[in-house]
Amino acid sequence: MKINEVVSLEFLAQMINGLSLGSIYALIALGYTMVYGICKMLNFAHGDVIMVGAYMLSVAMGMLGLPPVLAILLSMVVCACLGVTIERIAYKPLRNASPLAVLITAIGVSYFLQSSALLIFGSTQRKVESAINVSSVQLGELTIGGNALVTLLLTIVLMTGLTWFINHTMTGKAMLAVSEDKGAAQLMGVNVNRTIATTFLIGSALAAVAGVLFISSYGFVGPYTGAMPGIKAFVAAVLGGIGSVPGAMLGGILLGLIESLSKAYISTQLADAIVFGVLIVVLLVKPTGLLGKKRTEKV
Amino acid sequence: MALLRVENLQVYYGVIQAVKGISFEVNQGEIVALIGANGAGKTTVLHTVTGLVPAKAGSITFNGVDLMKTPAHKIVSMGMAHVPEGRRIFQELTVYENLQMGAFTRRDKAEIAESLEMVYAHFPRLEERKKQIAGTLSGGEQQMLAIGRALMSKPSIILMDEPSMGLSPLFVSEIFAIIQEINKAGTTVLIVEQNAKKVLSIADRAYVLETGNISMSGNAQDLMNDDAVKKAYLGE
Repeated sequence: MKINEVVSLEFLAQMINGLSLGSIYALIALGYTMVYGICKMLNFAHGDVIMVGAYMLSVAMGMLGLPPVLAILLSMVVCACLGVTIERIAYKPLRNASPLAVLITAIGVSYFLQSSALLIFGSTQRKVESAINVSSVQLGELTIGGNALVTLLLTIVLMTGLTWFINHTMTGKAMLAVSEDKGAAQLMGVNVNRTIATTFLIGSALAAVAGVLFISSYGFVGPYTGAMPGIKAFVAAVLGGIGSVPGAMLGGILLGLIESLSKAYISTQLADAIVFGVLIVVLLVKPTGLLGKKRTEKV
Repeated sequence: MALLRVENLQVYYGVIQAVKGISFEVNQGEIVALIGANGAGKTTVLHTVTGLVPAKAGSITFNGVDLMKTPAHKIVSMGMAHVPEGRRIFQELTVYENLQMGAFTRRDKAEIAESLEMVYAHFPRLEERKKQIAGTLSGGEQQMLAIGRALMSKPSIILMDEPSMGLSPLFVSEIFAIIQEINKAGTTVLIVEQNAKKVLSIADRAYVLETGNISMSGNAQDLMNDDAVKKAYLGE
């Protein structure tokens, strides 16, 4: 085998790693961006929903002995309910409050979820068996791991589904309408509170899937498991243009690729710095993010 | 019985009283105008009627139902549509999607299709541009879309807020002609306008608002010939 081939094979493998990691970031980023679009708030507790999803998986499979598919569904349902409850209890009363109050509340919710996990499950990380039992696929000389394959396929399905839902159902269009103009949406008969709750529900269910996928490759879950992927996904949402659904998808994938390629070819230690560096550069050149639009107000 | 009756309505923004106890009514089939200068409280009145702004005191009754106790999103399905000031169409949706949003609370697909056809008949330009993103329409077309969107709910009364704002004189005449058409087809109209001359020429009755109070009211024709109205609002 020639050197060139080994290098390009290695490169392809890293690309697939990056795509799969990026898919997870993208799934989480969707929750950030949808909630921002509709409520103009940064839900910093969103990362911790991933952690709850991962714990749920471990409980459902390890303690309840459920098969993986049921365990994933249970985890999605629990996270969806959690997201809606958080919105109802913590954010809804602050609908007309200052953005700072909402932001601080979101950070408070984040600590609350982490501390609750700490109380219930303790501080040691638990081993979680992978929910994905798919053997790797051989493509010529390239091996694609089962985890990566399932992550990629599931993400494609979910993103296609979400895009279809937003653009082709009246609930989806109501979400777009509310994110643009709550008052005008109300005049059309849209129940704004219910639309916001739906947004939290979808975002949190996607976060649960992301949590399951993340933990299936990582293998351990602890109270702070959600923090880093949460922040990375937030960066992805901002990079793609916060408020933009295609932006979150693009931002997530790009971030995963950059992280994975930096780790492979530049430096493992510097990878995160490079990721955040890219964000700074993009924001300097295009402050609204890659696909973000600047809202122009017509009078 | 009046279709819409507003009694002793008082609205505050913080400590500032924007509407100071006004009463008016709109009967079935009428075009009623609220005229007055900037800041007189005209828009606030409409916003309060459709629930976007809460009232401090007074009552709003529509078809015998107390609107003050009705959440904003339930009002449109009762038969009241509102074309807000500044049009407020959904800029990022297409023309067709905006019209779909207008029929958001309706379920009968055949009836919705009927309304869509009626809107396209009033505004052929909207049909030509149905796939266009609404934010790229001209101001006049956006106003047409805003009115078309309101008609999609098949309202018995339509509230219009400054439909002539920012439009060329040609468009203003077109829009007013269409408002008359809509009224002739059976929809009651409550319209707020600064263009008093134009609106009095199509209205049945009118109320003159001055800093949160109604200073005058009556038959539109009489008001048009009233010396005080002429001097203050018609520039004569």
